[in-house]
Amino acid sequence: MRYIEPHAHMVSRTTDDYLSLACAGCKVVNEPAFWAGFDRASAQGFYDYFRQITEYEPKRAAKFCIDHYTWLCINPKEAEDPGLAREVMALIPEFLERPNVLGIGEIGLNKNSRNELAILEEHIQIAADYDQLILVHTPHLEDKLKGTKLIVDALRNHPKIDPARVIIDHVEEHTAPLVLDKGFWAGMTLYPESKVTPNRAIDMLEIYGHERIWMNSACDWGVSDPLSVPKAALEMRRRGYDDAFIDKIVYQNPAQFMGQSPRFKPV
Amino acid sequence: MDARIKLIDIAAFLDRLDRHDQADDYRVHALREAISLLGGDGPGRAAEILDALSDQSEAPIEAATIQGAFGAPNPDSK
Repeated sequence: MRYIEPHAHMVSRTTDDYLSLACAGCKVVNEPAFWAGFDRASAQGFYDYFRQITEYEPKRAAKFCIDHYTWLCINPKEAEDPGLAREVMALIPEFLERPNVLGIGEIGLNKNSRNELAILEEHIQIAADYDQLILVHTPHLEDKLKGTKLIVDALRNHPKIDPARVIIDHVEEHTAPLVLDKGFWAGMTLYPESKVTPNRAIDMLEIYGHERIWMNSACDWGVSDPLSVPKAALEMRRRGYDDAFIDKIVYQNPAQFMGQSPRFKPV
Repeated sequence: MDARIKLIDIAAFLDRLDRHDQADDYRVHALREAISLLGGDGPGRAAEILDALSDQSEAPIEAATIQGAFGAPNPDSK
């Protein structure tokens, strides 16, 4: 089985994880910029991080025959400080021409604050100015519903944003229709303790359809499973879905979305 | 079997909260209300429960003073 891991924070993972991904059939990893688990002290920390995900991480993935793509932003957890956020956003343009950069992400909201929303809108403007794809993080737990609504409104309020070029990630049963009904792509994150399980993700495919949707592990430094996508594929097989359907969900759909960037090369 | 295990785990969790005098936590009240939705007619129970455990306000908050989430909206923070 071939598949794409469309949301993974590989800077937080070991080479053993790359080996496991490769052995499970992973051909491509997609790494949005994210929170490091602590707040960085300066924009220089982000500059080094952007170098890591555009220079070093692709080489590490290549050792396991995996193509590596990335996305740039300051994540919403660090967006409460608008001064720092604007310094970081000013760094983004010089990295947008790097060969593995697909767009702006994972932008979004965390606690749904005014500052987070302002920085989200400024990221959306960067994406519009540079004609970039957008990958969006939606908030956790009790904040997800409200945050998803605010994010959808912010994106729809921008006249240059095409929903077909935006994926809104971490949807659950109560937010998937808000995203899909407006023409956006939806990402389902398979986590052991939060977000969705493989069975719930497959349920959502059955309920909301299998177009403009992908599933990912969002594996990072926390409780997460880098092999959750192939495990969900196994669960699909148990339910009787054939190889062609599974390939569409775990390879063709992410390739279709990412392929809207000229930098993405299908395997 | 999977659902049976999870159901009993929730029952044991509620028993544990009673035993350790934690049943008054706002998250426990929200959980109990959400559990009552399991008895409704489907489909849509998962979305209903997620909605019940969600902040239903619409305006952005003035400032984010924390970064985490707790699983249910805190009634005291409104």
